[in-house]
Amino acid sequence: MSAGVDLSQFFDTFFDEADELLNDMEQLLLSLDIDNPDIDQLNGIFRAAHSIKGGAGTFGCFGMLADTTHLLENLLDYIRRGEMTLRKDMIDLFLETKDVLMDQVAAYRNQQEPSQEAYDRICAQLRTLAEERLTGGQAAPAAAAAPAPAAAQPAAAQAQAAPAEPQAQPAPAVQAPVQATAAAPGNLPMKIQVTRIKESDMLSLAAEMALMGEVLHEERQGDSITFWLKTSTAEADIVAVCCFIVNDDQVKVSYEAAPGGQALPAAAAAAPEVTASSPAPATPTPAPAPAAAAQPSAQATAPAPAAESAAAKPAEKPAAPAKPAAKSSAASIPTGGSSGSSTIRVGVEKVDQIINLVGELVITQAMLVQTASTLDPVLHDRLLNGIEQLDRNARDLQEAVMSIRMVPMDYVFSRFPRVVREAAAKMGKNIKLVTQGAATELDKSLIERIIDPLTHLVRNSIDHGVETPERRMEVGKSPEGTITMAAQHHGGQIVIEVRDDGAGLNREKILKKAMSQGFPVNENTPDEELWPLIFAPGFSTAEQVTEISGRGVGMDVVRRNIQGMGGHIQIFSRAGEGSTIRIVLPLTLAILDGMSVRVGEETFILPLSNVTESLQPTKEQIHSISETEKVLQVRGDYLPLVALHEVFDVANAETEITRAIAVILQVQDVRFALLVDHLVGQHQVVVKNLEANYKKIPGVSAATILGDGSVALIVDVFALMQTSQNQRPATV
Amino acid sequence: MSYQVDAQKTSETTGQEYLIFTLAAQEYGIDILKVQEIRGYDAQTVTRIANVPPFVKGVTNLRGVIVPIVDMRIKFNLANVEYDHQTVVVILNLKSRVVGIVVDGVSDVLMLQKSQVSAAPQFGTAFSTEYLTGIGTVGDRMLILVDIEKLMTSEEMALVEAAAAV
Repeated sequence: MSAGVDLSQFFDTFFDEADELLNDMEQLLLSLDIDNPDIDQLNGIFRAAHSIKGGAGTFGCFGMLADTTHLLENLLDYIRRGEMTLRKDMIDLFLETKDVLMDQVAAYRNQQEPSQEAYDRICAQLRTLAEERLTGGQAAPAAAAAPAPAAAQPAAAQAQAAPAEPQAQPAPAVQAPVQATAAAPGNLPMKIQVTRIKESDMLSLAAEMALMGEVLHEERQGDSITFWLKTSTAEADIVAVCCFIVNDDQVKVSYEAAPGGQALPAAAAAAPEVTASSPAPATPTPAPAPAAAAQPSAQATAPAPAAESAAAKPAEKPAAPAKPAAKSSAASIPTGGSSGSSTIRVGVEKVDQIINLVGELVITQAMLVQTASTLDPVLHDRLLNGIEQLDRNARDLQEAVMSIRMVPMDYVFSRFPRVVREAAAKMGKNIKLVTQGAATELDKSLIERIIDPLTHLVRNSIDHGVETPERRMEVGKSPEGTITMAAQHHGGQIVIEVRDDGAGLNREKILKKAMSQGFPVNENTPDEELWPLIFAPGFSTAEQVTEISGRGVGMDVVRRNIQGMGGHIQIFSRAGEGSTIRIVLPLTLAILDGMSVRVGEETFILPLSNVTESLQPTKEQIHSISETEKVLQVRGDYLPLVALHEVFDVANAETEITRAIAVILQVQDVRFALLVDHLVGQHQVVVKNLEANYKKIPGVSAATILGDGSVALIVDVFALMQTSQNQRPATV
Repeated sequence: MSYQVDAQKTSETTGQEYLIFTLAAQEYGIDILKVQEIRGYDAQTVTRIANVPPFVKGVTNLRGVIVPIVDMRIKFNLANVEYDHQTVVVILNLKSRVVGIVVDGVSDVLMLQKSQVSAAPQFGTAFSTEYLTGIGTVGDRMLILVDIEKLMTSEEMALVEAAAAV
């Protein structure tokens, strides 16, 4: 390793990557089918553990992390090689290990030493499990090792990893030679020659090579080792990897045909008889033993029928590796593509800055349009065309930039299998999680804020919603309960639902509790008005406060969080059939489709998603309820009438209702009419928060900058609805 | 960082620079480092906000940032509140917040030595003595030195959400 480089500058990247890898690992672990594990998934888990170990080992100062991942990696390797059979308790242990690793990464990130106790415990558990293989599993000659020599062992294990795979997936041998021969003559493989290398380092080097591509051939001569590697990895990267183990002047890379097909040391050892009988192919470097061993793999179909049964057996073995090896090289192209070139890690603040700047650009552009509209279109033809072009470009740019911030809901959903699994186990329930619409995109700032409320709702469903398996059997449901998390776009909003097929909300209990807490409810209160009470502070019908829920603080916080994001919650429930909690959120907080309205001399913005229609009220439609309160009759509905100029105390506004415009707004399920003077137009506005330099203004959710550079306030329709409801007499 | 250190050093050895503005007949000084910029007052660009104290004139667009504008003359019940070509807005940068204050005019920037600053009197200026750092004397001019940050973030001004007021 080149000395004098300050590795600490790479720590943060390593920690970020480790976090990501651990999360990937968790997802893969959870999606594993225990009875019939998918080899790709097992490999994925193994790779994640290996990458973390590699990184931690490189820096040399994250000992615990490296040791823990090392043990985990060994176990995973046994499993994917079929030497151990996967069990549920293993998954549990691996998940726990992942948590411990998470903690270790967090501790190292904060420059602390991770918990020794957790480390000892998890390592002991991992070792116990590893020993099980020796007593219970099939014998593996190389692996008769205790934890101490185990350090050398994984390298050997990895070197053999490729040939081990076919045990799980017996492949038709015929396919192998076709792929092997097709691969070899096309583009020349990379020849990597490493000199003056220690015996032990050779093994780790071989392991690294196997990870980077397909090792076509490996050859040792004294203290030097040569690999023929078929890889998509760049030469510089390979040298860089080698430099973790040796100095770069010891490495020589060139391109040269491999002295054989798919020869691997393991294959060489397995086919000694073939070596004797088959002629060695023409090779650039003298390498009699492995080169000859390569022969049966490259031409497996030819010698196999001719050979005696004794020779045929080993011949099949080396042929098999070609399949997974070829497969892995094929698979490595898409994975390499996605991790290498198609994403960049960028700080959120940078993206936000771009979004702000683009917002400015759009405003400036709108200003230009407004100014240019007074110019003579004939004289300034070219200028006006240019401005029009700018208008389109600015809008496209804005849309493109906004899409950077959009994150699929999968980011949220992916953490729930774990939540459900653990909470269900704790409650002794059997619950399946189904997610729908994981590709639905949502603004990153919202996505982060939605996790906590959703976790709460899901836990609530597990705790109160879904019944115990026994109870479910009694009422004739399948013993396994289902919780569905679904997301979909609906207009400019995203609708996220948490559904369960449990018992539904208990009307009597809620009613009793509500009455005892002094809420104005009675036997006839409809469900729709009763359900929202569960969001009231201090309201919990759980008989027992469990670890998961029942303290009555959560739902209140959930609702406040959702409202803070400009969304709202709806509840649907049917006794015995389950309940659905629906969260409706705006897609983004940064841009809003607004309708600008004029009152007196002032302009306000109404969120378009709340506007259902607008009309000019006639005398007949207006009914007085009291001195000050009026309602508007629209197609049989009586809607409370709110005058915007009264709410915001605007001078010179239209006070004659029949000459004003009524905009019908809808929030949740409540509709009301808002009186304004004129409708100005609809446009996208950039939302500017008022709290940054000032504070929250009642009735105003945010502000925006109009085309002329002036500030317009965005009306908080939800707050208006509440004022309208307070004014509204109970009979309407 | 180094900028602040320098400023501190300067204030220790040679004194401190103040922006001098006028409200009615009085001259006031505020720490120049709190001042971001000075702009003319244009009523057209200030959007009124409903249901706030009358001294909050509204919010304005300062190159894409929404900034509240406070009229100090209304706040301190001065008799003549006129908006003319001399009326200016001093944009202040306080604890990472940006606030604009409307004053009758800005006269100059003065360097005051420690010896020129005496303790604040206990009697009537527009500001409560709590927010004064002292009285500066330059020739025959008397300057009232204001701790503008403390004043603007005070509860009295109600510019900051109660919880956010640190």
